[in-house]
Amino acid sequence: MSLFLVITFVVTLLAAVAAMSLRNLVHCALMLAIAFSGIAAAYLQLNAEFAGFTEILVYVGAIAILIVMAILLTRSGEAPEKSVLTSGWLAGVVVTVMVFTTLGWAVLNSTALPPPPVEAPQATVKNIGDMLMTRYILPLEIIALMLTAAMIGAVIIAFKEDGKSKSSQGNETPIQIGNQPEPLPAGSVESRKEGVA
Amino acid sequence: MFDKLDQIFVTLKHLVMGHLPAAWQPLASAVISIALIPIVFPGLFAIVTVIERKGLGRIQNRYGPNRVGPFGFLQFVADGIKALIKEDVVPRAADKMVHFLAPVMMLIPVLLAYAVLPFGRKMVVADYDAGLLFFFAVGGGVELSVFMAGWSSRNKYSLLGAMRAIAQMISYELPLILSAVTVVMMVGSLNLSEIVKHQNQYTFGIAHWFVFSPWGLAGFLLFLVASLAESNRTPFDLPEAESEIIAGYFTEYSGFKFALFFLGEYLGMFAISGLGITLFLGGWTAPFSFLTWIPSYVWFLSKLLGIVFVFIWIRGTLPRLRMDQLMNFAWKFMLPLALINIVVAGIWHYMGPDWPRWLVCSAILACAYGLLGLGLMHNQKLGKRIYRYAE
Repeated sequence: MSLFLVITFVVTLLAAVAAMSLRNLVHCALMLAIAFSGIAAAYLQLNAEFAGFTEILVYVGAIAILIVMAILLTRSGEAPEKSVLTSGWLAGVVVTVMVFTTLGWAVLNSTALPPPPVEAPQATVKNIGDMLMTRYILPLEIIALMLTAAMIGAVIIAFKEDGKSKSSQGNETPIQIGNQPEPLPAGSVESRKEGVA
Repeated sequence: MFDKLDQIFVTLKHLVMGHLPAAWQPLASAVISIALIPIVFPGLFAIVTVIERKGLGRIQNRYGPNRVGPFGFLQFVADGIKALIKEDVVPRAADKMVHFLAPVMMLIPVLLAYAVLPFGRKMVVADYDAGLLFFFAVGGGVELSVFMAGWSSRNKYSLLGAMRAIAQMISYELPLILSAVTVVMMVGSLNLSEIVKHQNQYTFGIAHWFVFSPWGLAGFLLFLVASLAESNRTPFDLPEAESEIIAGYFTEYSGFKFALFFLGEYLGMFAISGLGITLFLGGWTAPFSFLTWIPSYVWFLSKLLGIVFVFIWIRGTLPRLRMDQLMNFAWKFMLPLALINIVVAGIWHYMGPDWPRWLVCSAILACAYGLLGLGLMHNQKLGKRIYRYAE
């Protein structure tokens, strides 16, 4: 294992731990983005170009942004006063380590897995494209159809603009903010308003 | 002789590397190739800011900068010095770390994107097989940095600007990528050098640029509009709409951090224009076979400046859109048209090289354009605007 790979793993793990334990939710989301980038960097150093780029495109470019938008739209982003860790975190760590050890032991000693190939397979973009277009054409087509249908469906739902919501806005009483200025004498403002026919 | 001029930078690089010990050569090669990007493109940025201000001045019947240097062309030096010596104000409530990192985070993905662009014959820094994917992947980092800037400032205008920017970038990324997909379908490769090579053929002295076909023209126009939106240029400059939210997500930035955002925005614009040139306008190739003696990098740069000129022209001409118009345009017009364009590209590929495919493909695209446009304008009560004035 090269030194760069070790550094990448350490940074990724530290970012992942920070993403779990920081108080501010937005900081957690940003740390998660760093962890995703670290995984992508590890893929790139293992010569898995396509997987690395897709990791950045999907996880940093879409999922991190989605999380960030969700945080923005739901809460004010204020950090909680006390620690985010529960009081029983030590027991949690012990249980996690035990489960991980058991699972890892079971997987490593399992005979169900095929032995790892002696020669690393060539995972070039061309090979992946060929496989997607030949052997895995059916799953690809199904996913593509589903995504396209979802996209077109969303557009069709959005295409109908209901005129009701627009006209009802005018009837609502405007929200009073601060000191309202005195209304100007009639005739000075009214006549200058733009009318859009 | 012209071949030597075309390859002068490659030759120079090999000349420098020849003097170094063999162990240093891979590192030196990488450093020399990479160093050119942060030298050439920020230089181009400096010149383009002046050209933009002069051009906008010309459009608006005024002079523009005309004090520093000949015809004001050294204005960027004065601007740069001003940005450097200005005080760096950080709001007290700001999240200091994120506030500091945001402008840096903006520049990194933008500069990374240049790595896969072929600037000339054999002039590409990292010739990845999945170059196009790399370009779109690093673009995601820009959205994150915009969010960091807007959120960390603790200013409602900044936050509004950031949310607008993210919503806009996500919406316009779809037509951007879908219009690029047609080119990938035709070439059968995600490698940008391969895409340029595919367009470097001539019939009757005219190049095989993808823009010279119905699907390519539609794809190029979609790409151009989407790249305008991705680089937050007028008429899609809502994230920094001065009249509404001061300066959007970089309201609270001053001094050189502000300059970094400015730089990042322009470098992003150059990068995405460069990608548009590579995909549809033949990259570094010449439009006519009798012009192939002009060096390849000259073609690339002149095409880039041409697109930047169009961007400046649009900025001087069109007013800013409203937020709902922006979203409607992306989802109800550009996205369906990009999907139809993919189908048209497929039809074009399987109809053979005869003339009927020109007719069929153009007809489908024209119909789709007309119908989608009618659908978009439905219920919009568009008509002649009537003004009433006080007597």
